[in-house]
Amino acid sequence: MLRLFKNANYDFVGIRRRAYVFSALLIVPGLVWLLISGLNYSIEFTGGTLIQIRTDSAVGTGAIRTALTNAGLTGAEVKTFGSDREYAIRARVSAEGAGTEVGTQETVRAVHGALDAELGAGTYTIVRGEAVTPKVGGELQEKAIIAILFSFVVTLIYLAFRFEWRFGLAAIAATAHDILATIAFIRYLNLEVSLVVVAAVLTIVGYSLNDTIVIFDRVRENLRKYRRQNLYEILNLSINETLPRTVLTGGTTILTALTLAFIAGEVIRPFSLVMTFGIIVGTFSSIFVAAPVLRWIEQRWPGEDARGARTIGVRVPDRPTAPPPPATPPASRTPQPTR
Amino acid sequence: MDKRIRNRLLTIGALVVTSIAFLVPRDVTRRVQDSQSGRMKDTTVRLVPIKLGLDLQGGIHLALEVDESKGPVPDCADAIRRAEKVVRTRIDEFGTTEPVVQTEGRCRLIVELAGEKDPARAKGIIQRTAFLEFRITDMKNTFRDALPAIDAALRRAGVKSQTSAPSAVSQLFGDTSKAQRADSADANAPGVLSSLLFQGQLPGEFVVPEEQWPQVDSLIARPDVRAQIPRGIELRWGAAAESRGARSFRALYAVDSRSIITGEELIKANANRDPVTNQSLVTFQLSRRGARKFGQETARNIGNNMAIILDGRVQGQPPVIRSQINANGQIELGTKPLQEASDLALVLRAGALPAPLTIVEERTIGASMGKDSVNAGILAGLVAVGLTLLIMLTYYRMSGALAVAALALYVVFSLGGLAMFGFTLTLPGLAGFALSIGMAVDANVLIFERIREELALGKSVRLAVDEGFKHAMSAIIDSNITTALTALILYMVGTGPVQGFAITLLIGIFASMLSAVFVTRTFFLIWLQRRPDMTTVSI
Repeated sequence: MLRLFKNANYDFVGIRRRAYVFSALLIVPGLVWLLISGLNYSIEFTGGTLIQIRTDSAVGTGAIRTALTNAGLTGAEVKTFGSDREYAIRARVSAEGAGTEVGTQETVRAVHGALDAELGAGTYTIVRGEAVTPKVGGELQEKAIIAILFSFVVTLIYLAFRFEWRFGLAAIAATAHDILATIAFIRYLNLEVSLVVVAAVLTIVGYSLNDTIVIFDRVRENLRKYRRQNLYEILNLSINETLPRTVLTGGTTILTALTLAFIAGEVIRPFSLVMTFGIIVGTFSSIFVAAPVLRWIEQRWPGEDARGARTIGVRVPDRPTAPPPPATPPASRTPQPTR
Repeated sequence: MDKRIRNRLLTIGALVVTSIAFLVPRDVTRRVQDSQSGRMKDTTVRLVPIKLGLDLQGGIHLALEVDESKGPVPDCADAIRRAEKVVRTRIDEFGTTEPVVQTEGRCRLIVELAGEKDPARAKGIIQRTAFLEFRITDMKNTFRDALPAIDAALRRAGVKSQTSAPSAVSQLFGDTSKAQRADSADANAPGVLSSLLFQGQLPGEFVVPEEQWPQVDSLIARPDVRAQIPRGIELRWGAAAESRGARSFRALYAVDSRSIITGEELIKANANRDPVTNQSLVTFQLSRRGARKFGQETARNIGNNMAIILDGRVQGQPPVIRSQINANGQIELGTKPLQEASDLALVLRAGALPAPLTIVEERTIGASMGKDSVNAGILAGLVAVGLTLLIMLTYYRMSGALAVAALALYVVFSLGGLAMFGFTLTLPGLAGFALSIGMAVDANVLIFERIREELALGKSVRLAVDEGFKHAMSAIIDSNITTALTALILYMVGTGPVQGFAITLLIGIFASMLSAVFVTRTFFLIWLQRRPDMTTVSI
């Protein structure tokens, strides 16, 4: 049978410092850049200009959209308006001027230029052009952020109940890492933040938690199974054991997202790119952030868990019931105290 | 066949049938109230399982402006800005139809709704000002006593009772003689207005035959008539025509010009059905301040009739105040459908419009997404799903085939779930759905990897499968419940589009758990039962 990573035995926790540096290099410049220049919000968030045109012949929305895209007016919305010779265009030249008098005039001029070049001057008339406010209320982002923070609290409670609070904290750290990294990614590629991109970020929150918990589930199981191993070894063992699943699930999902990015066209591309990155970083963080952070939290606040049924960490008292380690014992590596 | 397997197959069958039932478009007969005659009639509505969004199928475009016919509005830009918020809340509560609500220019509001089946209802929700007030009816019959004076004023103004048609003679002789004849006839004619009004059952209540309603309405709007209406009294029409015997009538109420309380004090409103009388009603709760004021006023007016006035129309017959009413009250809508009660509760909850709005433009709009982008999206979705299936089949072979079959059921379950929630499909939604298929294999992968591990430990096929499912379960449950909790909170805290996303996510999670855990397990049980001697498993 086809089997990837059979008996894998990589020291994932050992290279966590390099991973931390990598994460910092990914996130920090992006966030600094974000603080300086902000994100490029789409017309749904900024508002823009609604332009109604009447054409001499039924040119079709495709021709108008092509004309606008060729002139650099990306993200414009074109639809027929009452008849097939009237069209409503929602566009904007830049995020800054959206909704203002100057921005509206600029946009009307830009649309004029684009249509003159493509349809020919005089074959259409601009009936009106007026500023329109954002389609989504300003409270949407705010509420989305509140929802994410609130969901962190609930996740923490659930994981404290099903696992232990340290696991919950580590899972949330990994998820927060992924959100920040994704926002940095959006900033690097200067992607337009539309509703769809917000949906992609929310999907990543779910995916990242999911992926982390699969590994933590194995850690929980191995902690019960191998009571003599320390947490360092247990974490490595658990990550290696779940590696085939991580690669397979991550692989199919990334493949799906990439297919959407390349075939599905302009509209879906930002969503697909953000998803692709999010899945990669979500998988990365489960291994290189969640697991080492769990170990760090355990070193910082060691102790028995609330139920006293299991203990994580190195201070496990000897118990006679411990079964022998598996065929490839991770105990072959002795952790150095500096790690 | 094993009884356990049979029960499982029956469950799966039932789920598939239910899902498909939600996906079949069907005609539903509904009893609705005709907006013109006010009578109940049957109409057939075609329920479409999954609605397409504005980007995929277009819809209607409404442009609204402040209606200044009933009085000037000083700052229309501010009124529109506040109206935008109210209308958005109302439409968001209306369902997850991903509408567009935005201000155009300074004083215009644009609302775009995807393929709205019932534009009249949508317009009603948008335009309703939802100004609710309670007023005491004219208990002392001051308006009735003023009727002779009003008739006299109308006579002086030369308004004739139109009930008697002009005679053929007067038409022959032309205009010159008409004035003379009319004068003599009017001297002993009954009062123009009073002849049209019939005293109702309550003090201050009058009824007008439905066909004379427009005439009376124009008469009472005349300035000379208004000048004769006693101070402190205003006239308000009933909301709908009532039929008494063969004819239908409309009620006219003389009410206090001062309202004892308005909808501003309202903090909660819910639609209900009276368990005893089966009438639709809206129950509401007032703020603390409103409740105190309402309590005082109702205590003072015990035995009087109180008219419930919504947007200037009296709702139902004004009830008698039997005792002091404080924070909680209700509005009875009689035999109207519950749908109307919930629409009313919705507009009351979302708040009153700062100014009445009027529709200045109504257009049908095309899909914002071109056919080519939709086709590209569908192609990409199919390729993505195809690749996922290919990976499952090459990596897990026969077991992969079982997972693929379970995945087909996942698609049916989740589409059925989306149809059940009246979901609106957009192109990004389609992409999300394709992506969810990629993620749905996760549970299967977890189980299969676990079975492989158990096999590697040297367990028999049957035991390895059992243990594989058993041990993979905690990971599947914990990871999915965490994600489901996140989705649930997004639904509770988020607005509009975020909520729509959360519903999709929740349905996807449950459908994938169902298909991977229950359906795949059933397939394995059947497989193992048919090949009991199997020593190696194709996984």
